[in-house]
Amino acid sequence: MTLSVVITILNLLVPESSALHVSRYGLTLVGKYLCYAMLALAVDLIWGYCGILSLGHAAFFSLGGYAIGMYLMREIGPRGVYGDPVLPDFMVFLNWKSLPWFWHGFNHFAFALLMVVVAPGAMAWIFGWFAFRSRVTGVYFSIITQALTYALMLAFFRNDMGFGGNNGFTDFKDILGFNLDSDRTRVVLLVITAVMLGASYVACRAIICSRAGRVLRAIRDAETRTRFLGYRVESFKLWVFVFSAVLAGIAGALYVPQIGIINPSEFSPINSIEVVIWVAVGGRGTLYGAIAGAILVNYAKTYFTSSIPEVWNYALGALFVLVTLFLPRGVVGLLFLAARKRVGKPRKDIETFVVPVETPEPTSE
Amino acid sequence: MKCCCLSLGGRWLLMLLLATHTTGFVYAQSPADASFSGAVGALCNAAFDEKNKIVEQIVQSGHPSAQATLTALLEDRLYCRNQDQKVFLIKPAAEDSPTLSLIDPLTLTDAGSVSSDDVTRIITNNHLRRVLQTILARFELTSSKASVRLQAVKNIERDLNESNIQLLRERSDVETSSKVKKEIAVGLGLASLDSSDARERLKAISMLEGSMRQDVLNRLQALVEKSPEGTFVENDEHVRKAAEKAIQSIESRRSFYSGIQTVLFGLSLGSVLVLIAIGLGITFGVMGVINMAHGELMMLGAYSTYVVQLLMPSYIGSSVLVAVPVAFMVSGVMGILIERTIIRFLYGRPLETLLATFGVSLVLQQLVRTIFTALNREVKTPDWMSGTLQLNEALAITYNRLYILIFTLIVFTALLLVLKKTRTGLEIRAVAQNRAMAKSMGIRSEWVDAITFGLGSGIAGIAGVALSQVTNVNANLGQSYIIDAFLVVVFGGVGSLWGAMVAGLVMGVVDQLLQPYAGAVLAKIFVLIALILFIQVRPRGLFPATGRAAESQ
Repeated sequence: MTLSVVITILNLLVPESSALHVSRYGLTLVGKYLCYAMLALAVDLIWGYCGILSLGHAAFFSLGGYAIGMYLMREIGPRGVYGDPVLPDFMVFLNWKSLPWFWHGFNHFAFALLMVVVAPGAMAWIFGWFAFRSRVTGVYFSIITQALTYALMLAFFRNDMGFGGNNGFTDFKDILGFNLDSDRTRVVLLVITAVMLGASYVACRAIICSRAGRVLRAIRDAETRTRFLGYRVESFKLWVFVFSAVLAGIAGALYVPQIGIINPSEFSPINSIEVVIWVAVGGRGTLYGAIAGAILVNYAKTYFTSSIPEVWNYALGALFVLVTLFLPRGVVGLLFLAARKRVGKPRKDIETFVVPVETPEPTSE
Repeated sequence: MKCCCLSLGGRWLLMLLLATHTTGFVYAQSPADASFSGAVGALCNAAFDEKNKIVEQIVQSGHPSAQATLTALLEDRLYCRNQDQKVFLIKPAAEDSPTLSLIDPLTLTDAGSVSSDDVTRIITNNHLRRVLQTILARFELTSSKASVRLQAVKNIERDLNESNIQLLRERSDVETSSKVKKEIAVGLGLASLDSSDARERLKAISMLEGSMRQDVLNRLQALVEKSPEGTFVENDEHVRKAAEKAIQSIESRRSFYSGIQTVLFGLSLGSVLVLIAIGLGITFGVMGVINMAHGELMMLGAYSTYVVQLLMPSYIGSSVLVAVPVAFMVSGVMGILIERTIIRFLYGRPLETLLATFGVSLVLQQLVRTIFTALNREVKTPDWMSGTLQLNEALAITYNRLYILIFTLIVFTALLLVLKKTRTGLEIRAVAQNRAMAKSMGIRSEWVDAITFGLGSGIAGIAGVALSQVTNVNANLGQSYIIDAFLVVVFGGVGSLWGAMVAGLVMGVVDQLLQPYAGAVLAKIFVLIALILFIQVRPRGLFPATGRAAESQ
């Protein structure tokens, strides 16, 4: 929050000549990090607190992004290259005569916002309902979520799907009449992103601190025992999964107007796995750890890929290995460890965040 | 005995006669020689339509070197010497070199060599080439090889004029090979379809019914079609009915064989998946370790093939065979290295193993990019693996697909034998079933873990060798197959080799069966959705592990 306020001031009020001025590029970058942080928050909520490792969260992120992207495409109107008042450019290019049914309504911003929530939510609900009901857990769940995002990626690459094929959506003009090219709009979007990130943090914290949150942690640590105690494990899992997916969708919807493009490669399985590593680096099972991890890793990525690109993959790979081997609680865990050493006595709140590294999976069937 | 002597004497006499005849050929100009060399000489400055006549004259001369000369003309190996306008053949191998070695068309003996600037090629056009092809086919029709004769009949069919039909009829009476005879029947049938006699046409249709060729089908379909004025092209009703029946019979047989072909193709596609999945199945099923770097170990196998081919460029044929053990060793050692340095610290934490091995896969990919660049590397296909096995007109399978299918079966059998019949295999199974008990029986479980992981990784390397023959070798090779392979393992049942086998083949075949209706991408999506649904019904796959081992998973 404070960060975004500072950035805003630096961008709008500090003159361009000043060393403290934040460029458009910097603005976009920070916006991107915040969206990623929200996505990481979503993954951490289910992985860190409920033990569900989803390797397909980029799918929900992209669905949200596509929903807002459809609105932005309709908003272009006759200003496209082909000048068609209704059809987006790629449809004219594909020689389509009328708008496909699922594109109706996206000229209304409110409808698009609704779809940002409904599309990933519904997808997660259907998928989760099938998966949790038949007690697909652990690695199996991870693999089929990966298959889900892979299937979606293949589907969205098809021109016939009506989502722009491999080019996706781009060349957006404005949002609600505000020019997307102006710094002011960008700053407002950034502030909204920061507010949403803050709100989702509060929401996640509320869930965790509630009674339901305790059940979630119980499911994470001993699923069968929780079931025997009379809790409906499936519905707890399903609802937290859907909530997490919606959060990811909102993050995607905030991401697209700022970055200015969405295409099917956002669905690629590796993106989802990268999200998991952000969470792992930051500290699984601590919400602010997930946020810190997302920003940290992505900052490193920006830095490395621009200065020494060939090293980035080595660094990322090594990060995966080293974090899982030596830092099971991530950077946050490391800091707490250091803090505990200095203070000399355990702080009370550490215990509530610390995740048991080894999750004993008792027989479930 | 007497008879035998006689025939022997007869043969001698014949050979003697022949000998004198040929020697006469060389030293004195016979009338055939004169007309032949005259015709050949005229080729130098002839226009295209004149060339047609000249070619006909050459054939009529009946000269023994007529076939060689005309073949040379068809293959662009007939040249005209600029200084004296004499025509020569040139040797096939010397085409690109600056000097050409000449052959005298009359005697077919060497006639020295000449710079390529001093001669002009006698050019041909499409029409002339077609004429040449049928003429040469007539020469080849008397060849002693059945395959040459078959090809000759096919060539003749392209130009069914009166003399060619006559030629086919004559050949049909003396032909011994049933294949060639069938082909001739098709050719004659096609010819008699144009007959004005309806009974002839009926007979022709019955002759054509046995064929499955596309052109035959097209001809028959043309018979039952209506002309734009609304009248039938074929005016006899019986002929039309017979043609319809023949079309149906041909089409049903064609679709049957194309069905078989689809299944075969699916099986070979699935066998690639099986090859990947059995390696994965060992590490995933037997050890409970999710190896996301499996695809990259496969990629290492493919690159090993590439390096082996670089090292033995003149033995491409055997390089693939050499690459199999090499790839097994490279990937296997890499696998053991990964197990010793990373995975052994993470046993019992499947999700963490997944992440760590994913990190390894990124590093391996980048390593390969650094060493071999990001470009595709070309792995050559040995001659014995290229080409197509044409089983009949509607059924063909490429050799590399066929070999991969066979190769998969061999690897699968070998792996089963290792696991069931050797002491190491016994120890692997023991540790997989009950680690603590196996340990107390004196099995060094740590060592067994390393061996198991090495074995699974080695098989990934072998799969890489097979993949290098069917797909591009680059750093992303592993990624494109790994998700499919995981699904095969989950579909088949974790830890079940037979499950991986059945699941992989089924997935390949279903994918191929769906493709004509849904297209490649949609077929893949359907398979993925079907699998996700399948896991709902049977979360433990087709062949779930049973017994005590299953309970601890």
